[in-house]
Formats: sequence, C-alpha cells, structure tokens
Amino acid sequence: MKPKKIKTTLSPGTYYFSGNEAVAEGAIAAGCLYYGGYPITPSSDIMERISVRFKDIGGTFMQMEDEIASICSVIGAVWAGAKAMTATSGPGFSLMQEGIGYAALTETPMVIVDIQRAGPGTGQATRVASGDLMQAEWGSHGDYQIIALSPWSVQEMYSQTIDAFNLAEIYRVPVFLMGDEAIGHLRERVDIDEEVDVFNRVKKPGEAPFGTEKKDGVPPMPAFGEGEKLLVTGSTHDDRGFRKTDDPSVHSKLVSRINDKILNNRDSITQTESYHLDDAEIIVVSYGFTARSALFAVDELRSEGKRVGLLRLKTIWPFADNKIHKIDKSVKKIFVPEMNRGQVAGEIMKYAKCDVITYNQTDGEIIHPHTIMNELRKLL
Amino acid sequence: MARDLEKYLRPGVQSTPFCPGCGHGILMNLTLRAIDELHLNMDEMLFVSGIGCAAWIPSPNFNADTLHTLHGRAIAFATGAKMFNPKLKTMVISGDGDLTSIGGNHLIHAARRDIDLKVICANNMIYGMTGGQMASTTPEGAYTSTSVDGNPYRPFDLCKLVLGAGGSYVARHSVTQPLSLINAIKKSLTITGFTFIEVLSPCPTQFGRRNRYDSPADMMKILMERCISREEADSFSEDELKDKIITGEFSNG
Repeated sequence: MKPKKIKTTLSPGTYYFSGNEAVAEGAIAAGCLYYGGYPITPSSDIMERISVRFKDIGGTFMQMEDEIASICSVIGAVWAGAKAMTATSGPGFSLMQEGIGYAALTETPMVIVDIQRAGPGTGQATRVASGDLMQAEWGSHGDYQIIALSPWSVQEMYSQTIDAFNLAEIYRVPVFLMGDEAIGHLRERVDIDEEVDVFNRVKKPGEAPFGTEKKDGVPPMPAFGEGEKLLVTGSTHDDRGFRKTDDPSVHSKLVSRINDKILNNRDSITQTESYHLDDAEIIVVSYGFTARSALFAVDELRSEGKRVGLLRLKTIWPFADNKIHKIDKSVKKIFVPEMNRGQVAGEIMKYAKCDVITYNQTDGEIIHPHTIMNELRKLL
Repeated sequence: MARDLEKYLRPGVQSTPFCPGCGHGILMNLTLRAIDELHLNMDEMLFVSGIGCAAWIPSPNFNADTLHTLHGRAIAFATGAKMFNPKLKTMVISGDGDLTSIGGNHLIHAARRDIDLKVICANNMIYGMTGGQMASTTPEGAYTSTSVDGNPYRPFDLCKLVLGAGGSYVARHSVTQPLSLINAIKKSLTITGFTFIEVLSPCPTQFGRRNRYDSPADMMKILMERCISREEADSFSEDELKDKIITGEFSNG
C-alpha cells in the first residue's frame, strides 16, 4: 500500500497551536470530512475548531445529542464514504464503548480522540490523567483489537492524528489518539509541511467486504451508494455480511481475523523512541505527557554520568511487547511513571526480565521532572 | 404478479424470519410496494435499522445498501450517512422499543433537526425478540413478561411525541390498512425532511398469547375494529374513543 501526497489546507510554516487545535488541523490534513461530537471538557475545543474550519473545506460537522449518537453518526458517515472522527473525554469515552465494539466488528475505519481527564466518574473535568488506556484496549465487550497512539507534544498531536487516520484506513480499524488535558491545552510550536502522506481504504468492486484470504487480513471497503448493495451488521457475519449468529466456525473465523490483522502486523504498527539506552542500567519506560518529564530527568542524570535511559512508547496498543522483551539482561531495573494506577506497568511486567518499579500519581497533576529524577536517584 | 416484488429482495434470502401472524411481513410487503409504485432506484437507497424483530425487515432482505446497527441507534447512524452523502435516500425501519425507548433521544433530536430521514416505526407494543417484556408503548394494564399484574404505566403516543419534536410528516396506520399505509409511505418518500410513520403491527407470539387473544386472526380483526380515521373519531364520544386507535396524518409535511 502506497500513500498519496496531499497538500495541506494550511499554508506551510510554523504555527503556535494548542494540542487540541493541532488535532483538528491534523484531521483536516488527513482528509477528515465528517465530525460528530458532543461537548465535554477538556476536549470541546477540538470540536469548536472543526466546526469553523470545516466551513473552509466543505466538511460535514454535526453536534449530536450525546456521545452515543456522536460515534454512531461517525460510523454511518464512514460507511457513506467519509473519513471521520469524534473527540471526547472520560465520561463521553465510556458512553462510546458500545459503538467502538460495533466499529471493531464491522471493521469501520475511524479516529477517536480521547483527551483524558482525571476519573473515575465525573472526577476532575479540568485535570489531567492517563487513566483510559486499558479502557481503550478493552472498553467494549468481547475480543477485539484496536490501535492507540500516545502523543507527547503539540507537534505530535498534529502528526499522530494524521497517523491515526492512515492506520485506520490501512487496517480498517478504529484508532485512538490518547491525548490528555495537559497536552490538549499546552500551546507550543508546530511545523506544518506543504504535503502529507495519506492512505485511503482499498476499493475493489464486487469483492467480499468482510473477509479476505490476503495475508494482511484486511478486506476491501466499498461505500453506500456505489451500487454494491452492502449488507452491514454488528452481528456475526460471513464475508458478504450475512448474519450468521449460530455458526461457530463463522464466529471463530471473524473474531480471529479482526484480532490477527492487528496483532500479526504489530511490529510495523507499534512505534517507540529510544534515548540513551545503549549502556543504561535503569530504563524509564514512559509515554504521553509524562515522557517529557522522563526525558528531562534522564538527560539531567546522564549529565551527572548516571547510566539511565528512556524508552518512549508512541503507540500503546498493540503493545510494544517485543521491545520490552528484548531489553538486555544487563539492565537492572525498569521504571514506569504513570498518571494512573499502573495500567501500562502491568503490561511491561508481562514481558520484562528484570524488576519493574512503578510510580503512580493520580492527583490530577502532571508528574514533575524532579519527581522522576528523585525516584530514579533512589534506584541508582 | 405474485413475484413482482422479488427484484427488491436480496439474492440468497429465502424466507422472512417472522412468526406466523406477525404484522412485520405485511409491512415489508407494503414498503416495497410503495417503493415500486414510485419507481425508486434501490441503488440510491439506504435502509438503516436497529435491533429487534422489525430491524430484520430491511436487513438482509432488501436488495439495497442496508445498515443493521446497535440497539436504539439506527437514527444516529442514519444521520451520519445522510448528512455526509445527502444523495442517499435514507429510510429507517425499526421497532417501537428500539426507536422510542432506548433510542428515544435520537428520534426526537432527528425530528427537531428535520434531518431528511424516512422513519417507519413498527409498533407491536412489546419487546418481541427478547421475550415479551413491557415497552414504552405497552398499553396500560397489558400483560407482559415483566408486568404480570398488568402494565402500571401509560404508553407513549408516538405521533404526539414526534409532532412535539417537530417532525415534518407524521402519520399512524395499521398493517390492516394496506392502501392508506402504502400511500403514507409513498408520501413520506416524496417529502424532504423528517418523516415518521407509526405502523401498528400485531405480535401474536409475545403480546397476543399473554393478553388472551385466541388467534393471530383475532388480533388482526380486533386491530381492524380499533383503528379509526381522524375524521371518524370526530363523531365519537370520549367514552367510545377509549378503545380506539386514531389513524391518519397528524402533520402532512
């Protein structure tokens, strides 16, 4: 599959955006032409910018009656041929879970942005957390796989939104951009290039839209109105879409394929970044906003000659299990600071060969670089 | 003549899934007759349904684009598809529990926004597929699997509900009034805006056997007797109207 070069609607150059503004611009750059959403702090400014910017580009913006309607309208628009997105936060993300499972089973490409806030419940609407990562992976019932990205800068809020659309189109899967309140409202420099690489879903008229013998496991995807007489259902279906709700082999084949098409391609989907890992005795594994603090702490300790490094997870799901498994035996400890009660640390423990030390902060504040530095000093 | 609607059925579909005596097969027939009489192109139509018996009227049976969605959410899915591609003539066919209870919020908001959706609500006054539980449309006093002493609550008047929310075209007919129903569906398909047709459709399996209807034919007969036109209703006393269901157009676009 090859990308197309698409011109951005913004003039190339340097901009000063908030993370949420950058998400809206990334979506538009990737070709998003439908947005359905409902107001919720701290994600509403994505919808506000989309509602204005869609006027310039002829996109369809719908402010729906709730988050359930938002995600359902997005799925409807995608099957009508759109690239489409919704954005939400905590309670809204919970309301969307049934729709997310429907999108996973019907292999509907779409982007869901979750600007995470402190939960559970209504929690602290204006405060930061990373508490929705397991919900992104397992929030809807049944076995399925999704892709979840974790941006650490406003630049990445832009670029990973484009990545999210591309991954959705390549794998026909819902893709999550797991931002948070801090990165959503941070303002910093964003460089916009003249062109972006964009992938579009494959169309093969007449071919089965819900099954394939191809190795990547991704069937072609037509749209309504193309004369394909599509049969789309959230019930178990055969490769033409006929409901098969009591055939064990059809269910097993479908569920296996929608999981395998992500898991078998995980090495090309899952992205990480390494800092000072070569001779490190202690490795910090971090993601999202916290990785900024982690890099600052690691750089400071390196300048003191301490052998510490950072592995940054740009993709949370599918998990970078190979990268963790390959961490050298000479590494004594892995340190995982998180704005939750250890959601990613638990995954790391499954694959790590050394001790995994956690630091969990759930007070609605970011984890300060000096906090990470102090914790690392205790381990050195 | 007997097979003149076959071209509207998806190849591979063999029989309808409805119980003997169910009104949904009649509604399926009448919907296709309306489409046939208007010479609509099925390639330009999208049928969206939710979960429940009535949601199986279009999916998989109609030979067009069909979207079988989540319980209650058909109108939300349809809104996204229609708003993104206004060329799709989009019809929503689903049941009373689906559209007006779990999906009630989407119904009133689509009516308020006057989204160009053709909604047909097959009202059998009960949750059929899940085993005959009480619905938001179950008559007061009726027996269901969750109201064994009789439903203690009032039912929705669905047409009043949608009228209150601003529906462009609102009508009620029974499957025992086939000509009026075909005409109503045809009219809704020629109006631009939100249209809503409540279709009374008997459920002998779940409603009939719990409420002492001796046979599916009895249910049909009683429905025929109970359904009167708005004009007829004007000459009835309040007492006489008690057991009657008023049918016809409540807003004509």
